[in-house]
Amino acid sequence: MVVDGVTKASFDELVEIETNDGERRLGKVLEVGSGKAVVQVFEGTTGLAITGTRVKFLGKTMAMPVSQELLGRVFDGLGRPNDGLPDPVADKFLDVNGEPMNPQSREYPTSFIQTGVSVIDGMLTLVRGQKLPIFSGSGMSHNILAAQIARQATVVGTNEDFAVVFAAIGVQYSEAQYFKRSLEESGALKRSVLFVNLADDPAIERIITPRVALTVAEYLAFDLGMHVLAILTDMTNYAEALREISAAREEVPGRKGYPGYLYTDLANNYERAGRIKGKNGSVTQMPILSMPADDITHPIPDLTGYITEGQVVLGRDLFRKGIYPPVNVMMSLSRLMKDGVGEGKTRSDHMEVGNQLYDAYSRAQEVRALAEIVGKAGLTGVDLKYLDAGDSFETHFLKQSPDENRNLDETLSRAWDILATLPEGELTKIKDKHIQQYYKGSK
Amino acid sequence: MVAKGKIVWVSGPAVKADGMSSVKMYETVEVGDSKLIGEVIRLTGDVAFIQVYESTSGLKPGEAVVGTGQPLSVLLGPGIIGRIYDGIQRPLDEIAEKSGAFIGRGITTSPVDMKKKYKFTPSVKKDDTILGGSILGAVEETPLLTHRILVPPNYPEATITEIAKEGEYDLEHIIGHANSKNGDKIELKMYHKWPVRKPRPYSERFDPTIPLITGQRIIDTYFPIAKGGTGAIPGGFGTGKTVTLHQIAKWADSKVVVYIGCGERGNEMTEVLVEFPHLIDPRSQRPLMERTVLVANTSNMPVAAREASIYTGVTMAEYYRDMGYDVVLVADSTSRWAEALREMSGRLEEMPAEEGYPSYLASRLAEFYERAGRVRALGSPDRSGSVTLVGAVSPSGADFTEPVTTHTIRFIKTFWALDTRLAYSRHYPSINWMQSYSGYLEDISKWWKENVSPDWYDLRAESYHILQREDTLKEIVRLLGPEALPDEEKLVLEVARMLKIGILQQNSFDKVDTYCGPAKQLKLVRLMVMFYKEAQKALKEGKSLADIRALPIITTLLKAKFEVTDEQISKLEEIEKQLSDSFKGNMEEVKVTV
Ligand SMILES: Nc1ncnc2c1ncn2[C@@H]1O[C@H](COP(=O)(O)OP(=O)(O)OP(=O)(O)O)[C@@H](O)[C@H]1O
Ligand SMILES: [Mg+2]
Repeated sequence: MVVDGVTKASFDELVEIETNDGERRLGKVLEVGSGKAVVQVFEGTTGLAITGTRVKFLGKTMAMPVSQELLGRVFDGLGRPNDGLPDPVADKFLDVNGEPMNPQSREYPTSFIQTGVSVIDGMLTLVRGQKLPIFSGSGMSHNILAAQIARQATVVGTNEDFAVVFAAIGVQYSEAQYFKRSLEESGALKRSVLFVNLADDPAIERIITPRVALTVAEYLAFDLGMHVLAILTDMTNYAEALREISAAREEVPGRKGYPGYLYTDLANNYERAGRIKGKNGSVTQMPILSMPADDITHPIPDLTGYITEGQVVLGRDLFRKGIYPPVNVMMSLSRLMKDGVGEGKTRSDHMEVGNQLYDAYSRAQEVRALAEIVGKAGLTGVDLKYLDAGDSFETHFLKQSPDENRNLDETLSRAWDILATLPEGELTKIKDKHIQQYYKGSK
Repeated sequence: MVAKGKIVWVSGPAVKADGMSSVKMYETVEVGDSKLIGEVIRLTGDVAFIQVYESTSGLKPGEAVVGTGQPLSVLLGPGIIGRIYDGIQRPLDEIAEKSGAFIGRGITTSPVDMKKKYKFTPSVKKDDTILGGSILGAVEETPLLTHRILVPPNYPEATITEIAKEGEYDLEHIIGHANSKNGDKIELKMYHKWPVRKPRPYSERFDPTIPLITGQRIIDTYFPIAKGGTGAIPGGFGTGKTVTLHQIAKWADSKVVVYIGCGERGNEMTEVLVEFPHLIDPRSQRPLMERTVLVANTSNMPVAAREASIYTGVTMAEYYRDMGYDVVLVADSTSRWAEALREMSGRLEEMPAEEGYPSYLASRLAEFYERAGRVRALGSPDRSGSVTLVGAVSPSGADFTEPVTTHTIRFIKTFWALDTRLAYSRHYPSINWMQSYSGYLEDISKWWKENVSPDWYDLRAESYHILQREDTLKEIVRLLGPEALPDEEKLVLEVARMLKIGILQQNSFDKVDTYCGPAKQLKLVRLMVMFYKEAQKALKEGKSLADIRALPIITTLLKAKFEVTDEQISKLEEIEKQLSDSFKGNMEEVKVTV
């Protein structure tokens, strides 16, 4: 929307729009100059008339009222209560855009979060303050996995304040309900803050939803000292909304019509995770996005992967095979694993075991492909062992039930079970001392 | 005359101001009431287009824009090393002191502590002639680095009339006076400023013939980069660009390291800050931070400063080069800089070339990589130094045909192609050995022959040849299975597997494997080639491939990279003996069974 006769507007300022019939909407200034201002209206421009619409520049950027009272509450995509309860009393108002965290002030994330999910704890370890997205596809079990992690995640041996901030961005009602119910059942709802922008809510509002959610997450973490898990789903809908605005402004598009600044814009959200020196709390982010047509090179997963500290990728093949969680470990990665595991943190063999499992499963995939051509009969001894190791990896290690909570020792012991099916000489990623200690197989 | 105009338009980091007729291109300006720092990037009549290096949120038309009369410059003097700066050389620790854990705006700070005293030892005396670039004396900047005090390169020839005695001085102290030929009086301090977009001059350029040793086997042995050379490392997300650049920054045998984090993650900069002070330089036994300077403009910091961060970094690198040092600069990631150019260009409504990038993208990249080189510095005494430039490239969708990758390839000589498939199978570093190349191989082989071993070049070639053969055989295996091959070719596959695991793969996070010195690199390669030859011989003598594959020495060879440290390199000689014994021993066994 372009506003004329503007004298005092500033860039990024919040705008209140009053329609002919007295309805109020919010927007912000995208561009200002020569008596004009380009305004982005969060609730959409339908119903706005050229004449009669009034605009008020509020002289401030968009802010979210925050306080401890937010816990247990449900808000709409712009941060207004939608659980029928009154506005919470604000401790302060925070600019939803946040400010970049100074790298000098960051505390490097190193504490291992046990999720109770073997494939994550063993091979894709999550640490406090990490941003680790789930790349999924339509219909796959990302919600179940995220909810399981939200329920089970703990830092072993501590009993610290935690909170869940959940932002539904353009998802279906049933998906938002699923999370709410799951948090309710585990008793975590009173420690959660929910923001809900549903599929039929205005698309432009989605630009704000992750921002208000992360503003609250930062407040809970760095003002109140809580360990916050922020789940943002589905970031694909967010990026789509961004594309819509960009197209409306006739900007030069980047790939697939997404604006050239999509990377920067996503980074401004994803980088709002981490720890700060001298403060107790942390923000751990788990954004969920669906890869259009399961394509990981699509700009949304692609740019996300360039910003986040790894990715958990769900695989259609495993999903079809009925394996939960259907994590495609080869395509998945946790970049901070190296910092969260090992001697004094988890177990000294943790990293090596993880690496060897990757190696074994990758070999197993190669052998599977080979078996397609030459048949199982054409395989030699070691290759056959890899074939079996691959199968037992999927059934004994990867597969578990959505309410099964495995501790790290169990996870690693299952990993060694699989490695035991391989000859000792194959374990080239493991130091001899760990082989002596844990290896149960034969030469 | 100072330009003073008014904002007429704001859109993100781009601002238009009128009444700016006296401003110059690339002049820095103060924008708006909160005096944000910006740079003029286009002038049309009296309207200036300004890119603002800080968030423009809240900026209004009508607010003032004031010229500074200066182009964007960096301050060069003692106190830079060990610091972390933002894109326009503001120390992030001071920003944190002023605005807390989140970065505020309109903060002014000095790049170095102007009040800190350094012990200056002069190396010139009264009546000496000095030129632009000459060394006046030295201070110890860190225990690892002697900072040579330079006459600014653009100063004329002059005669010293007075020079400070050895003693403690701060940076504003005038340590010397000189008279130029035409009688101008010159005052000399321990620092000067230099505009970042202008390459620092030198007197002569040399061919790069000395390798930069990085301790990374696939780099040093197979695709080396020379001191003063250029290299690029493109790859999709998670393929290992940052880890490789960190490895180079940690272990390269250069005197100074400039690490630029351009539009990447905050935690990666923190990691360097946390790790480097504890890592010990294998050559000097001092913490690596004492030779490192960081420039950080993370992905959530203002976009326009990404460009500045690249120029700020390279100018500091040239400054240490001019002292006569080898400097390596790593930039992660040049794609983010290119994207910043694209964003500014879009806001200025310039005509885009490919994928929305401006048409001048290629020339900007060329100008950057041209600032690499091994040179003879200006002034006296005679000395040479180098700037090695390595840039990460982050192609969208890991597609190497996109503009930033294709243009970069034109201006660099070492190309490390990261391969998503290798990364998926956890082959790290996932540098594809068939796609990568080094244009310095021939030039630097003399150094290896003289300093490490005469057979370096041949061993490298022989082992690489095995990898090449495997690459062609792989196709057949994919179609027909390995049993379709004769034993001799199956052996090639086996040894190629050993080379991949035992040489090419290198775990950055393993205490031992993270660095592998040239001597150990060579010995490991020699062992593999020896194994191949012995095995070939054994096959010819009728021994079975299965028996060869079952030799326990194979696992020993594969683990030698992390079980044997650089210090215990003689252990590799024991392994060499075991290796030849293995084949002897087995031959006897074969005899027994026949
Ligand atoms: N040499 C190595 N040794 C061990 N692990 C490695 C090595 N190289 C890469 N990795 C693994 O790969 C991960 C990703 O590497 P890195 O962060 O360097 O990727 P990148 O190419 O910089 O990705 P992005 O473009 O997203 O920044 C690392 O976190 C690490 O787990
Ligand atoms: Mg990186």
